[in-house]
Amino acid sequence: MGKRVAIVGSGQTYHKSKRLDVNGVELIHEAVTRALENAELTRDDIDLVIIGNMDHFEGINYMDMWSIDGAGGFMKPTIKLTTGGTTGSTLAIAGYHMVASSLFDKALVIGWEKNSESDTTAAINTAFDPIWDRLTFAGAIGGLAVEASAYMDDYGITERDAARVVVRDRKNACRNPYAHLRKEVTIEEVLSSPMLCDPMKLLDMCPRSDGACAVIFASEDVAEKITKTPVWIWGTANRHIYSYINDVNFHGLQSLKRASKELYQKCGIKEPLKEIDVIELYQPYSFGGLLWLESMGLCKDGEAPQLVWDGVTDMDGELPVNPSGGVIATNPIGATGLIRCAEAAMQIMGRAGGHQVPDVKIAVSTGFGGCMWSDILLYGKEKPRW
Amino acid sequence: MNRWLESVEPLVYESRIKVPYTWSVGETGSRFLIELRDRKKIFGTRCSKCDIVYLPPRKNCSRCFSNLGEWVELGLRGTLITFTVVHYESPAMPIKPPFAYGIILLDGASTGLVHFLGEVNIEKIKPAMRVEAIFKDERIGDILDIRYFRPLQ
Amino acid sequence: MVRIMEKIAIVGIGMTKQERRKEAETFSDMVFEAVTRALEDAGMTIKDIDNIVTGCNDFWDGRTISSMAVGDASGACDKNISCVEGDGTFVAFYGMTRILSKSYRTTLVTAHSKGSESVSSLITNAMFDPIYTRPLGLDAITSSALQARRYMDKYGITEEQCAMVSVKNHGNAKNNPYSQLPMDISVDDVMHSRMLADPIKLLDTSPITDGACAIILAKEETAECFSNHPIWIKGVGFCADAYHLGDRDLAECKSLERAAQTAYRMAGIENPLKEIDVAEVYDAFSYQELMWAEGLSFCEKGGGGRLTESGKTKMGGSMPINPSGGCLSAHAVIAAGLIRMAEAALQVRGEAGDRQVEGVKTALAHGVNGPCGQSHCVWILEK
Repeated sequence: MGKRVAIVGSGQTYHKSKRLDVNGVELIHEAVTRALENAELTRDDIDLVIIGNMDHFEGINYMDMWSIDGAGGFMKPTIKLTTGGTTGSTLAIAGYHMVASSLFDKALVIGWEKNSESDTTAAINTAFDPIWDRLTFAGAIGGLAVEASAYMDDYGITERDAARVVVRDRKNACRNPYAHLRKEVTIEEVLSSPMLCDPMKLLDMCPRSDGACAVIFASEDVAEKITKTPVWIWGTANRHIYSYINDVNFHGLQSLKRASKELYQKCGIKEPLKEIDVIELYQPYSFGGLLWLESMGLCKDGEAPQLVWDGVTDMDGELPVNPSGGVIATNPIGATGLIRCAEAAMQIMGRAGGHQVPDVKIAVSTGFGGCMWSDILLYGKEKPRW
Repeated sequence: MNRWLESVEPLVYESRIKVPYTWSVGETGSRFLIELRDRKKIFGTRCSKCDIVYLPPRKNCSRCFSNLGEWVELGLRGTLITFTVVHYESPAMPIKPPFAYGIILLDGASTGLVHFLGEVNIEKIKPAMRVEAIFKDERIGDILDIRYFRPLQ
Repeated sequence: MVRIMEKIAIVGIGMTKQERRKEAETFSDMVFEAVTRALEDAGMTIKDIDNIVTGCNDFWDGRTISSMAVGDASGACDKNISCVEGDGTFVAFYGMTRILSKSYRTTLVTAHSKGSESVSSLITNAMFDPIYTRPLGLDAITSSALQARRYMDKYGITEEQCAMVSVKNHGNAKNNPYSQLPMDISVDDVMHSRMLADPIKLLDTSPITDGACAIILAKEETAECFSNHPIWIKGVGFCADAYHLGDRDLAECKSLERAAQTAYRMAGIENPLKEIDVAEVYDAFSYQELMWAEGLSFCEKGGGGRLTESGKTKMGGSMPINPSGGCLSAHAVIAAGLIRMAEAALQVRGEAGDRQVEGVKTALAHGVNGPCGQSHCVWILEK
């Protein structure tokens, strides 16, 4: 392993549907300022700025260059990554590698989105191949609806099962001051919400939000001097398998299966359900909160609903999922994967306030997006031994 | 494959990306544009730590990173730092060539503003020329409420 | 603080021909071609590639999540992969850190664009702030013209001196089978070419280009297994300046100076003009080669014109710049910086064919991101 790397602080904006009071640069500055305060560092302490969003949501080309004033990159190395919905987790992974390389001691990683500034579906449609996929593609929801239908068909999963996931996440969000949607919903409300794309109803889907998140990654040489509770990155893995939506195998999230298998192996995890203390799952829709637990190897195929109904993934369960409320409650897309990372780190640091899970030693965050792609990271309170 | 392609008309798919945008100007930018619109005044924001007056105004200083709350009214006159005379057309341009762009350091500002130069002999533009802002009669709260900068008479 | 890096090498290089319009190839096809060549060059198969970093740009490609277009072609199927949106030199930097982090032994780095598929003025106009600058219609050419004028006024650089760069680089392109615009032109031809935005004329400008490039990086032990000509990375640095054009003195390139200093310190270079044998520099416009030469300390501030006139930067001179023909002769945005690295590496290998500079031990490659050279990345490569 290269240098060991830890998260030493993070900051978020209070995510909302519309932040009309700030432009994008200013939104970024809010999150960055909070992260620096959180880590008790200044802009001068930062060696590198890594930033990302999904370009077409704000229509800014070379966004990293445009964001300099607010991102803190003036006269510093600044670089941009973007991979669609997985952008946030891709950024976190880059924070890890850049610091582990020994070339930087402290990296500021920023993800953000001002979804209010554009037509989200119109922008997402441009992700897909203009000749083969775009004309029949129906935005993010289309692919997810196909996955949900296949899952229901394969195992007899019901819309009610999926709704239970939403109830959990929306309840958790009420205890997260940064979350966008902070109102509980009932199963009946989910089931009777307007149908968007069978079987996906309005309340099965995530919102779109304006928000930014910043996370500071530091090398083992300095991390313990910065904070008493550094959160060590034990491992990262990802798979961005498909280029064309028609190639996708929708029976199980293949990318998450493969990435989590690699991650567990790297980190010495043999029984994920037992060994992981909390998961911040990039779960943009309800059925994902069932199927993708199976894809992560937490239970057998078709058995996730039982896990969820039994309360295993609730705040007081054996393996809480989305204590922050997750993506169902908050979704500034370029930030979303990084918020999962920040929230997982906050859990280990013991700084999650009202949505703190007790005694977290091992946490996982995932990213999802693109053509059914997945990223995954594992964090530990203890320094990894390798 | 290339040989086959020579025997047919290659297919080309034409399209446009049509994503409408509504950019939030934000509170700081809004104040600046509203002053252009309502009072034909140009304001910058000042960082007292770094002694920089930013134009266009910023909410935070890029150097010391602190929030900026101090508004400074700038003169309508300034000095031309650099310019170019444009001789080609592009769909991005709101006016047809030949026309001139300049970067103008307004009196009181530390940073230059990019804008059009107008009422000027394009053969005779020189850096360090003194110029003044000319506003449109009908203004909407837009950077183009300034019509252009023209040489001082 | 000087960072000492572990040894990482470039072991595979592949490029497509750079052309005005590739009718037969999609992004994916171009990247596949470059990747296939790079693998062949390295004596590897895709199985030997541990991870991938692609370089893309959503605007140039007309696709959000533009990396999706080239996933298959880059071998993404069952590998860890990421994407940097920016010039190829920055993409390669991240690819390198994924080896330095000891996570992978090899990284495949790709970059592509098809300038022919869009209206470049609209794409570059989108770099500018939508509230304050974009409505003016500014684009890469007009913004660079503002910079060129400022540079010329401050330091007395002449249009003729800039024209000499264009003459040199198009002439150099005659030796480069991959380059788009090999041309025999004179300073007079440049001076009489169509004025676009004063002082930038048509022959001072880079063309619209389609092209892709791929390089394979490997850690020391792996490099030595596969390659009998690994090219070592001795130093690298990157840095970004302020964004708004009026925030900077456009005649200066402070971020390039800083990036170069970082790279030189890492490589132990104290006298760049003496210690570097050849440079591939990002000349999107003729005046830029002069400015960047100053930023790279090849000459004193304001000395870029005199340096060019001295003939030192010509083929056969003591510091040839852009033997490949540079961006002036072929400019596939995003790929262009990676192509500078590939060309520099070929020089060190002694495999640059007719464009080979004699006796190259150390080469410099340089890339730019953002308007008017806001951000720069500098690489030092050695045998």
